Amino acid sequence: MEINRTNKLLLGLGLTVVIFLVRLFTIQIVNDKYKRSSDNNSMVYNDIFPPRGVIYDRNGNTLVGNRTCFDIMVRPMDVQEFDTLLLAHLLDITPEYVKEKMQYYLQYRTSIGFQERYFVKQVPVETYARFAEQEYAFRGFRGQMRSIREYPFNAGGNLLGYISEVNSDDLKKHPDYKMGDYIGKTGLEAAREQDIKGEKGYHIFLRDSRNRVQDAYMDGQYDVDAIPGKDIVTTIDAPLQQYGQMLMEGKRGSLIAIEPSTGEILTMVSSPGIDVDVLTDIGSHYSELIKDKNKPMFNRTVMASYPPGSVFKLVNGLIGLQEGVLRPEYKYPCNSGFQYSGKHKLGCHSHSSPLALLDAIATSCNGYFCYVFRNILENGRYGSIQEAFDVWRDYVLSFGFGRKLGSDFPSELGGNIPKSEYYDKVYGKRGWKFPTIVSLSIGQGEIGVTPLQIANLAAIMANRGYYYIPHLVKASEGVEIDPKYYERQYTKVDTVHFQTAVKGMYMAVNGGGSAGGTAFVAAVPGLDICGKTGTAQNPHGKDNSVFICFAPKDNPKIAVAAYVENAGFGATWACPIASLLVERYLTGGIREERKPVEDRIVNTRLIQ
Amino acid sequence: MKGSYDRGLAYTVDWKLVVCYLLLVLIGIVNIYASVQGGEHSFLFDLSTRSGKQILWFGISLVFASVVLFAINPRIWEVLAPPAYFFVLCLLVAVIFLSKDTKGSRSWFEFGPVKFQPAELSKITTSLMLAAKMSRPTFRMSNAKDLFSVACLVGVPMLVIVAESETGSALVYVGFLFVLYREGFTGWLIFTIGMAILMFVLTLVTSPPVSILVLFGIVTILLLHYLRKYSRVHRLRRSMWRNAVLGFIAGTAFIFCTQFVFDNVLKDYQRARIEVLLGLREDPAGAGYNVHQSLIAIGSGGFTGKGFLQGTQTAYGFVPEQSTDFIFCTVGEEWGFIGCLSIVVLYALLIFWIIRDAEDSRSSFTRIYGYCLASCLFMHMLINIGMTIGLMPVIGIPLPFMSYGGSSLLAFTTMLFIFIALNRQENKYF
Repeated sequence: MEINRTNKLLLGLGLTVVIFLVRLFTIQIVNDKYKRSSDNNSMVYNDIFPPRGVIYDRNGNTLVGNRTCFDIMVRPMDVQEFDTLLLAHLLDITPEYVKEKMQYYLQYRTSIGFQERYFVKQVPVETYARFAEQEYAFRGFRGQMRSIREYPFNAGGNLLGYISEVNSDDLKKHPDYKMGDYIGKTGLEAAREQDIKGEKGYHIFLRDSRNRVQDAYMDGQYDVDAIPGKDIVTTIDAPLQQYGQMLMEGKRGSLIAIEPSTGEILTMVSSPGIDVDVLTDIGSHYSELIKDKNKPMFNRTVMASYPPGSVFKLVNGLIGLQEGVLRPEYKYPCNSGFQYSGKHKLGCHSHSSPLALLDAIATSCNGYFCYVFRNILENGRYGSIQEAFDVWRDYVLSFGFGRKLGSDFPSELGGNIPKSEYYDKVYGKRGWKFPTIVSLSIGQGEIGVTPLQIANLAAIMANRGYYYIPHLVKASEGVEIDPKYYERQYTKVDTVHFQTAVKGMYMAVNGGGSAGGTAFVAAVPGLDICGKTGTAQNPHGKDNSVFICFAPKDNPKIAVAAYVENAGFGATWACPIASLLVERYLTGGIREERKPVEDRIVNTRLIQ
Repeated sequence: MKGSYDRGLAYTVDWKLVVCYLLLVLIGIVNIYASVQGGEHSFLFDLSTRSGKQILWFGISLVFASVVLFAINPRIWEVLAPPAYFFVLCLLVAVIFLSKDTKGSRSWFEFGPVKFQPAELSKITTSLMLAAKMSRPTFRMSNAKDLFSVACLVGVPMLVIVAESETGSALVYVGFLFVLYREGFTGWLIFTIGMAILMFVLTLVTSPPVSILVLFGIVTILLLHYLRKYSRVHRLRRSMWRNAVLGFIAGTAFIFCTQFVFDNVLKDYQRARIEVLLGLREDPAGAGYNVHQSLIAIGSGGFTGKGFLQGTQTAYGFVPEQSTDFIFCTVGEEWGFIGCLSIVVLYALLIFWIIRDAEDSRSSFTRIYGYCLASCLFMHMLINIGMTIGLMPVIGIPLPFMSYGGSSLLAFTTMLFIFIALNRQENKYF
């Protein structure tokens, strides 16, 4: 055959036919992938959402439960004319909402195609029941069961956290989620997401000619049930948490209680916090929460970094004892403060002078601990102040300061204990001496600690030298916790020195020394509370009021830290708050003579 | 008028074409009937159903066909071509402003229950006009002015149709390149387009280096071929070398541009469509939904198919547009490989016979028109069937004679029977 243009074109035609036939032969005869797909195709998989795990407190009270509701789904392709007003009435929505939605589906009909979309979310059961009766009139609509969160106790909004629908960022991070799934965003819901979420299941249905679901496929024998999420038992004591929230109402700050013998967090209040009512419907409150100047979303207990104030004197004292530069019987004068340079003086309140260590702790003498800190830094054993400072810093870090404690709560921060390099950079290598950083003696200056770390200090004092990493989740059936939570974390100070410091703390609350204790407000007969007040200077307004304590003195059951911002003396606010919490935990109530204290605390609002 | 050499109907009409046509339309109606959603099939002729309506349109088409065949002197088409062409061009423009938006395109005129697309008519008038223009004795393919006017004749309606957002229909006009090629236009343009598509696909499926290697191979083979062919002409040898180098450079640039445009210029959804088509990404629910469902339907047909009305995929509405653009799915599912083979062969035969008749005609008007018809049918078949079996991107154009749609059927019938009438003219005076 001649190769002319006509024949070339015919050759092209022939080639096309051959390619088509080869392709058809491949997909119709050689490859059976599509035959199997065609069976699957007439089945429809409807997701079954598992209930999220329930969160319990340490005594079995439900903190977070589940409630059933329904999402109304729509497959816009199947929708036929319907009574807009009736639908709006049945679902408690406005006709405008219905119109808007339908208009939207119309505009995106090609991209939606055969897919289902959410029409209304979280419809209560009663409303859904009303709709279900007349569902036949609304082709293309159906209800899908969902379980949403419910909070029987108003306790621990911040630490429980909230869940919300996955957004595109979440989907990028967790490809196994689908649009419309819920995910824990903050708090325990986020930290224990893997345990709580459960596994989705599905029902298989056959579709009829209009792509509508008809019968269960093979009587449901191939259906996969949803696996409910695992329940979580927290270390929280719900009534105590609630009581703590009541005490902190109207104050800005944190209140944390730890069981010293286990490191379990009994109470963790960040005030002002989020009410659990808000958690259920976080979406509609989100913007007002963000705008609130008191930052309720900000979890102060683990994220705020404060100067610890006088409670830090305990740490300095213990380091001094361990280093051998301090002995309990050492007495130092305090003449309304400590003259650390020709012109400058770190002031103190009036008390008898000179004092020995126990009284210095009990009265919280500033001058005494300036001497102690000077002894630490000007220790002849070390060649330079840098070296001495870094030794001191290692001690401080062993108390859990200046680093993350490693609690199981997400978004924990570590505070800040500067290194000697920091001062070298600011003042030059030879430019700083003990007087330069004298404020560290009393827990002021360049150090920042979180309330959780302060509470941990209380637990260390209670344990006489070690702690368990504070944590919120207890091991329970199916839920394991990191073994590190069972390990004692020792500080670098010997137990024997803690006996001395604890004695001072006991005197601070219960008196008995030659000078007056600062924390006598906290005294409850028979409870043997040991405590240490603190008043931390706050560059933004009034001083912060701080108090740590534990009780009873021997075999302690609870260690508490209270930190109230811009409130004034430690003894005025933090001290009674912490002691009320201790009393409530140990005795189950508040003694008659302490009622006025409780009333004063509960009824005072320090912030707007 | 009747003379001894005026031969009768039976001898002058090319019945092969008519039989192909009738078979395709009837098979089309049967499959439209089968692809109607819903288990219960109503009476075939029920006018409220799509198959019923298609039968009605078939009747009307037959009337048109008879009129074209018997009542109209075929010579009129050559005279009528310019006014018809410009009239339809006006309609094409007018529809943009007068029509309602249907699925994003503005290409439909509506008269009560009847809708029609001027783009359907435009294929006929452009073919006629092209045939009229190119069959003039003074027309020379080598003349730049003539070539330019031909480019305008095809290009203008094509652009207007693109403006109507009917890109698929506009793509059919690319087929007119075959006509130009047959009439002496250089084949390098078709070759270049073919190469561009090949390089595009190859680059995305494999990588730019592989494409460049293949390009190098093709250029080398072509160069060697032509160097041997013209081994005696020294002047040509140099320009061949130059062209080969230039072609290779241009091709390499194109390959890198492809990768760049694909990665940086295209939007995500566009990228997704191309990736699905090239099999680089499995996406049965999103961009690849139509094609995936279509492949399932056709693939599940097997060798002999599931039988008439036994298909589940098309009937249950998994394949969208199954009576219009995806009619081939119904054939594939219910009649299997045998059915598909028959349809493809029927189209190929129809096109083959049209080309042969065109080649046999003495009038260049008939020949060129025949080629236009064959090209249109070929492009429609190529794109439509190619799309349903996943070889072409999803472009919504109908399968001629088979897809549901009155105006499409009527237009293709008229177009075909104009050719049959022209061809009959040829046979009449043997």
